[in-house]
Amino acid sequence: MSDDTATDRASEEAGTGTDAVVLTGAEIVCECLLREGVDIVFGYPGGAILPTYDALTKYPQLHHVLTRHEQGASHMADGYARATGKVGVAMATSGPGATNLVTGIATAMMDSSPIVCITGQVPTGAIGSDAFQETDVTGITLPITKHNYLVTSIEELPEVMREAFHIARTGRPGPVLVDIPKDVQIQEAEFVYPTEPIELPGYSPPRAARARQVDGALELIRKSKRPIILAGHGISMAGANRELAQLAEKAQIPIALTLLGKGAISEHHPLCLGMMGMHGGAEVNHAIQEADLLIALGMRFDDRVTGNLATYARDSRKIHVDIDPSEINKNVTVDVGIVGDLGEVLRQLLERVERRPNEAWFDRIAEWRADSELREIVRPADAPQHPAVPEGKLLGAQVIRDLFEFTGGEAITVTDVGQHQMWEAQYYHHERPHSLITSGGLGTMGFGLPAAIGAKMSRPDQEVWAIVGDGGFQMTMMELATAVQEQVNVHIAIINNGFLGMVRQWQEFFYEERYNQTPMVNPDFCKLAEAYGIPTVRVTERGQIEEAVNASRAQTAGPTLIDFVVEKEEIVFPMVPAGADLDDMIRRPTPAEFERQQQERAAAAEVVPEAETAESEAPAATAALGSRFGV
Amino acid sequence: MAKHILAALVENRPGVLARVANLFRRRSFNIDSLSVGRTQRDEMSRMTIVMESDSAEADRLVKNLYKLVDVVHVDHLHSQPSVVREMALVKVRASSENRREVIQLCDIFRARIIDVSAESLVVEITGEEEKLENFTELVRPFGIVEMVRTGMIALGRGGHTLKDEGFKPNRSRAAARRNVL
Repeated sequence: MSDDTATDRASEEAGTGTDAVVLTGAEIVCECLLREGVDIVFGYPGGAILPTYDALTKYPQLHHVLTRHEQGASHMADGYARATGKVGVAMATSGPGATNLVTGIATAMMDSSPIVCITGQVPTGAIGSDAFQETDVTGITLPITKHNYLVTSIEELPEVMREAFHIARTGRPGPVLVDIPKDVQIQEAEFVYPTEPIELPGYSPPRAARARQVDGALELIRKSKRPIILAGHGISMAGANRELAQLAEKAQIPIALTLLGKGAISEHHPLCLGMMGMHGGAEVNHAIQEADLLIALGMRFDDRVTGNLATYARDSRKIHVDIDPSEINKNVTVDVGIVGDLGEVLRQLLERVERRPNEAWFDRIAEWRADSELREIVRPADAPQHPAVPEGKLLGAQVIRDLFEFTGGEAITVTDVGQHQMWEAQYYHHERPHSLITSGGLGTMGFGLPAAIGAKMSRPDQEVWAIVGDGGFQMTMMELATAVQEQVNVHIAIINNGFLGMVRQWQEFFYEERYNQTPMVNPDFCKLAEAYGIPTVRVTERGQIEEAVNASRAQTAGPTLIDFVVEKEEIVFPMVPAGADLDDMIRRPTPAEFERQQQERAAAAEVVPEAETAESEAPAATAALGSRFGV
Repeated sequence: MAKHILAALVENRPGVLARVANLFRRRSFNIDSLSVGRTQRDEMSRMTIVMESDSAEADRLVKNLYKLVDVVHVDHLHSQPSVVREMALVKVRASSENRREVIQLCDIFRARIIDVSAESLVVEITGEEEKLENFTELVRPFGIVEMVRTGMIALGRGGHTLKDEGFKPNRSRAAARRNVL
């Protein structure tokens, strides 16, 4: 670092209130980023943000990562934020640069991820004139940001920057966008970083719960016989993981996880049941439906976890704890709604909650679990296999299970969206918070690779795997170049079935197997990655997984890629069809059911003269489910 | 279903009206009327929002309004004694033959005539919604050429006020505060 950088000048003099240094708006942006603890900015330059890119040259402490598309920048900032809880920063120019950020901003909004996006804007005098590369980005992002700003004078810039980070990271975190016209970046002003506490009269995130609400919750817990905790993303965001485990242990209450709740508690914990919802464990969904008390902690009763709301956990009383008051009674009407920080609220509950036996309830859950285990297809290679597993085929579910084993369950996994995402949720058991990064709310295909790059740059000490499908990977695969340029050691596992697998599964179940626009002609992903200089392996059999994973893990610089060529028409079981009751699941058959179905099929085929009609006559949708591969 | 009247104190910042309006659209709140104006403090505006809904829906709107950073305080005026007024300007067709009749109606409603021409009168009428409805129904046979209503405004009676203590305007931002509505 040179001795006379703007930082040094500013840090010597700023905040003293006297002899404040004069900086350009662009330099002020950089100063504010430094003061907010930012070390990496993901972005893409362009005309309206050029002054700030020029200022960045004076701030070597701010490492800029050049992405290959602005969408990659917003996903990387998101992945960076989710891996540590620190605010991620994305930067882009006006117009198309800013609009390309939008998918990443919406993704961060739905999953409450703290990012700050800085966009260039045309000069203030040109705003509203349809100038070159002008777009109303604060208007566009109004519904998908926690808050946004159009900075109209350099005087307000330091305060806006400080507020942006404060709003992004506090309360229910979320994305904040700061739009800065080019002339504001160029103007000069005395830079004084405000030191007094931020006071936003309309913004005060809640902390502890009210005593009356805590009393009400304790009373419901005391009376319950079949309680269940529904743990969401809020647990890890509030850092309330220890309190969650203590509460569950003290009161002997089983825990079900949402997709983003994975990592709230170790999935090896005896009280942890696993994931709930559309592709959750059947035993978990049954337990929710039969519970007499739901204790929902930092989750929001999304339709993917409730199924049909009219029949959802009908016989249960409900406690809902969330930091966002607007989530209480939004989808599900509750008996006790508690607004507060989960860490604080759980400590309040822990103080007075009573130890209580729930043996009969645990026995009931164990019965459901035993039935689920019968239907399991992913088994150790030397164990008797489920008859539905086709000979010699590699299953996506197996790949994830083995990846879990060969990484010791220790990796940060970042997924894309689709079948592989659900297999990850089912077969990769996480121990620690922030170790699964996935687009849950928005379901953004293309999220996986860039978010993994961001996560690895945020946690360089951790092993990071991007688990992606062949569809989603191709939406943002240009970021391979970013990973190479930055030498990011992210391991990419493509679960390649040549289909948009989850959409195909819906077509199979609900659209009479009309696979319209779901088969994909893919490039050779190994050759593609090799063109970027990335080491690759292709895996087509289960026996090759271990060696391929180990070879990837042995590479400690730059990205690696494994192309797992898996069974084309594999199904994610169980499945609650959209809008169905939560316990009305499409299940994989047990071995006995499967054998019987096979015999019935064979018998039916014999009486039909033309062999080819046998398959087409099999009834569509649910009746036929499992009679095919049944995987 | 009932009529709910919400009063919101908002920071006088650019875009605040768009944020509130966008919230109605985004979360499908059905708003009967919205009126906005300055308050006794330069840095704050006050909105009066009227919606026909059940109380759960009104609660949802209050919570969502609070999520907006620029919204300082929201009150549900429905649950407390308050005074409610709306103003309308009504241009009524009135020739020399029936002008006297229209003026008589205006007197009964304590409405003021603020413009007269050969063909019509402009009437200013203030009151609660029902009074305005009744008046317009009665003058409708004469012919309403055009009319405009302000939407409802409301204040709590007596000691009921919207909390704005502790609100300190930001010094550097005051400069950026312009006529934002």
